[in-house]
Amino acid sequence: MPQRTDKTWRRVTIAIPYLWLFVFFLLPFAIILKISLADPIVAQPPFTPIFDAQGRLSVTLDNFLFLLTDKLYAFTYLKSVFLAGAATVLCLMLGFPMAYGIARAQPAVRSLLLLLIVLPFWISFLLRVYAWMGLLNNYGAINNALMWLGLIDQPVQMMYTDFAIFIGLTYSYLPFMVLPLYATLERMDLDLIEAAQDLGASRTRAFWDVTWPLARAGVIAGCLLVFIPAMGEYVIPYLLGGPESLLIGRVLFDEFFVNRDWPLAASVAIVLLLLLVVPIVMLQRSQTGEAETAA
Amino acid sequence: MNKQSRFILAVLAFGYAFLYIPLVSVVVYSFNDSKLATVWGGFSTRWYGELFRNDQVLDAAFLSLRIAATSATFATILGTMAGLVLVRFGRFKGRTLFSGMITSPLVMPEVITGLSLLLFFVSLHGLIGWPGQRGFSTITIAHTTFSMAFVAVIIQSRLAAMDESLEEAAMDLGGHPLRVVFDITLPLIAPAMVAGWLLAFTLSLDDLVIASFVSGPGSSTLPMYIFSKVKLGVTPDINALASLFILIVVVGLIVAWMAMRKTQTR
Repeated sequence: MPQRTDKTWRRVTIAIPYLWLFVFFLLPFAIILKISLADPIVAQPPFTPIFDAQGRLSVTLDNFLFLLTDKLYAFTYLKSVFLAGAATVLCLMLGFPMAYGIARAQPAVRSLLLLLIVLPFWISFLLRVYAWMGLLNNYGAINNALMWLGLIDQPVQMMYTDFAIFIGLTYSYLPFMVLPLYATLERMDLDLIEAAQDLGASRTRAFWDVTWPLARAGVIAGCLLVFIPAMGEYVIPYLLGGPESLLIGRVLFDEFFVNRDWPLAASVAIVLLLLLVVPIVMLQRSQTGEAETAA
Repeated sequence: MNKQSRFILAVLAFGYAFLYIPLVSVVVYSFNDSKLATVWGGFSTRWYGELFRNDQVLDAAFLSLRIAATSATFATILGTMAGLVLVRFGRFKGRTLFSGMITSPLVMPEVITGLSLLLFFVSLHGLIGWPGQRGFSTITIAHTTFSMAFVAVIIQSRLAAMDESLEEAAMDLGGHPLRVVFDITLPLIAPAMVAGWLLAFTLSLDDLVIASFVSGPGSSTLPMYIFSKVKLGVTPDINALASLFILIVVVGLIVAWMAMRKTQTR
């Protein structure tokens, strides 16, 4: 008897979270895929059914063809990749020395510095982006400070530009870069760098030949953790960017809610996902590799 | 001090200034008397008073807290089960799909999760007539789904670091597997469950994009209310609201940090 209850119990424990994810995660994806293959119509819901009145399968690739041939969409995808990529590079340039400094600090100082990196996570993302609206304004703190210093005599337009989006992305995702880098740098054996220098390597040489390769796992994880969410970002381009700062997350939102073209919005989502498949798989690979070396 | 550490110090100083100057400026401007959010008009606390007299803010905050508490509780239960399954259950049919579904919500862009869930709820309504009104229930389901993945990751790492011998000993002594879980495993992973609940609670309170997709007319969460106001520009009462958020988080973290140091030194 205990054997049987054992098995039932095991099955139930697997089945409950399995079913939940199947219904609320996998099925919605099947539906998004289905709708991306439909035609938009003026009806409720606003797309053609997958089987027509005669029961024939009715699918179309028109939405995807449109996305591929329309210049505006190609431009939007490219711009998203470019801005997310630029923010990733700046995060790395800033985050690497920061993580390095934190990892080498005294233990008491180190835990305080780490706390200060994590703290912004707990404050609403929306409100942190909002804070930049006050700073980047024409009459905001940055322009005021620059004018007071006499560096400029007229406010520089920073709000509602791509520059503002770039700053917003870097600011919001910097902690995602610092944390994985810190984790790898903290574990690194300092003797290796010293040994390299004792053997006559210059500081720069020791950095590129020893520190950088050893930190690679953290660099990859950090870059992907910044790049992936930055690609689909909606709030930052909406609040900091101008009306023509079209990033893909915002276009998807508008296509759905403003133009009410559900099939096209679904196709935009599918193409975004396809663009992100490679980075997402890379991230999961690096995470499992990390777990194995740690174990 | 050599050139290298001077450079590191400079970047650290710049990095922390970059992270904190926006927050400080919001707090400073929340005490600005002027209605024009960018012109200093003297010290005042009037925006805090107006915040507490604004019914829309209070309603939205109450809805957000209800959703966050409910979804965090569901996410902790489901995420703990998922973590147990992944670490302790060995191989079973469909394990690869299961672990894929658990990790995907972690990296999925919010716009895609939001859109897919909304389309799902619309189709479901066409099929079985539920959910008729989108709001509390649909947002709670959406938040549970993505935060259970975060809980599962926390539970997984805690279980992986834990010694299995206690559970094995209890089993060898004839304990029923269910009793072993409730008497041994769960008490041991309780701190991870608390951490998971808190993370799920924060994630839910923070979410704007997914909630905007799956909510219906008439139900605005706090981030949705804030977004509808800040779309139009900087406003002093939102400065006050943001400062309150910052205050709560800073006080909470200082308390947690001091409690942690105390237990460490003991």
